[in-house]
Amino acid sequence: MLKNRIIPCLDVKNGRVVKGINFVDLKDAGDPVEQAKIYSDGGADEICFLDITASNENRETIYNVVKRTSKKCFVPLTVGGGVRSVEDINKLLNCGADKVSINTAAVTNSKVVLESAKKFGSQCIVVAIDAKKNGDKWEVFTHGGRNNSGIDALEYAKKMEENGAGELLVTSMDRDGTQIGYDVDLMSKIASKVNIPLIASGGVGNLDHLVDGIKLGNASAVLAASIFHYGKYSVKDAKEYLDSKGIPVRI
Amino acid sequence: MKVTIVDYNSGNISSVINSFEEVAKNKVNIEVTSDLVKIKSSDKLVLPGQGSFKSCVDALNKIDGLKETLNEFVINNKKPLLGICVGLQMFADVGYEETETNGLGWISGKVSKIDNQNGKFKLPHIGWNQINIVKESKIFKEIKNNSHMYFVHSYEIIPNDKSVIAATTDYCSNIVCSVEKENIFGTQFHPEKSDKIGLKIIDNFMNL
Repeated sequence: MLKNRIIPCLDVKNGRVVKGINFVDLKDAGDPVEQAKIYSDGGADEICFLDITASNENRETIYNVVKRTSKKCFVPLTVGGGVRSVEDINKLLNCGADKVSINTAAVTNSKVVLESAKKFGSQCIVVAIDAKKNGDKWEVFTHGGRNNSGIDALEYAKKMEENGAGELLVTSMDRDGTQIGYDVDLMSKIASKVNIPLIASGGVGNLDHLVDGIKLGNASAVLAASIFHYGKYSVKDAKEYLDSKGIPVRI
Repeated sequence: MKVTIVDYNSGNISSVINSFEEVAKNKVNIEVTSDLVKIKSSDKLVLPGQGSFKSCVDALNKIDGLKETLNEFVINNKKPLLGICVGLQMFADVGYEETETNGLGWISGKVSKIDNQNGKFKLPHIGWNQINIVKESKIFKEIKNNSHMYFVHSYEIIPNDKSVIAATTDYCSNIVCSVEKENIFGTQFHPEKSDKIGLKIIDNFMNL
């Protein structure tokens, strides 16, 4: 039976982890490679890096991080943040990323998803959708949540599937950082609209929220950042809890 | 010993290289090449594959003499080869992704889209699933039945001769996820992305 995945996400800025855990035995708590290794050793089903490096000069740092991580972590590695072109995707894959998530560029240039899926295969193309509720619908935001594209998130999700996305990483901007749980309404609506797996993101504060993301949101995978980073729960805690609630996980 | 990962522009092979190098730990020489002379002189080959069946077959055919060299290695010289994902699928006679395309024909059968029962199951089949080992395979030495492996695919190989099937996995139905036929080994899942247990499979292959 296919298992639901738990994906810890690390924010990386200028090659360093932002908001990392302070593990006692870590030589360098700011090193994304060491943190990723701890997560994968702890049973993470995938690792996600979100590159939040602002300046273009420092953008090269992520390639080095990916290169070093892929030599140490033997679970899938997804990298996103600032991915603008087919060439960016090519570079990340060559450094050892298994999947690349595309956010703003998927909205501003629909060819990026189409062409990269064709060139590298849908299995490595994740489209990240930042959605915010407006009345009875959700709209897609770009540029790290700063710009409203006005595009309907449900229709956009369907279009991205048609363009060749292998998975959708859906973040509720209303919930992101609130720790009050995923927007399961948004998740389940998109999940029923498309036939590709959905990764739920944004708003996790406790382990019940992960359960809700899967049971109510119909997500195939759940992504979380802060509950893992601050040591509130380990990936193992999360898996055991999900298992106790009857959700199939890899233990 | 020399193990060669066949680099025929079949998509992203960094993870395959990293995992083989990790397991080899400098004891085994890992080459990544499409050079026919180097391939011929190898002890074992790894045939990766990402993207579609057609794109992989096309990429393979683009390299003059590669198909013949692989045939000689596998069929005449009976040396071990491990196919991963589409690398395994290409063992079949024919594949139906994009359009009907001939494969290598080492394992009689076809590659078709997983029947997801009218959308009841999501495709691609992405994530960790358990394998059901149906026959003793050399690459599954010390691998427990029901171990979890990482999958990403929408197509499945359907061999005519069921005795080549080494393992299946349960998604929509029982999908063939590993084959062994004499010196030919294949996994639909990605051992290079299946954590320690996947590395063990790679280790088993290297120690054949």
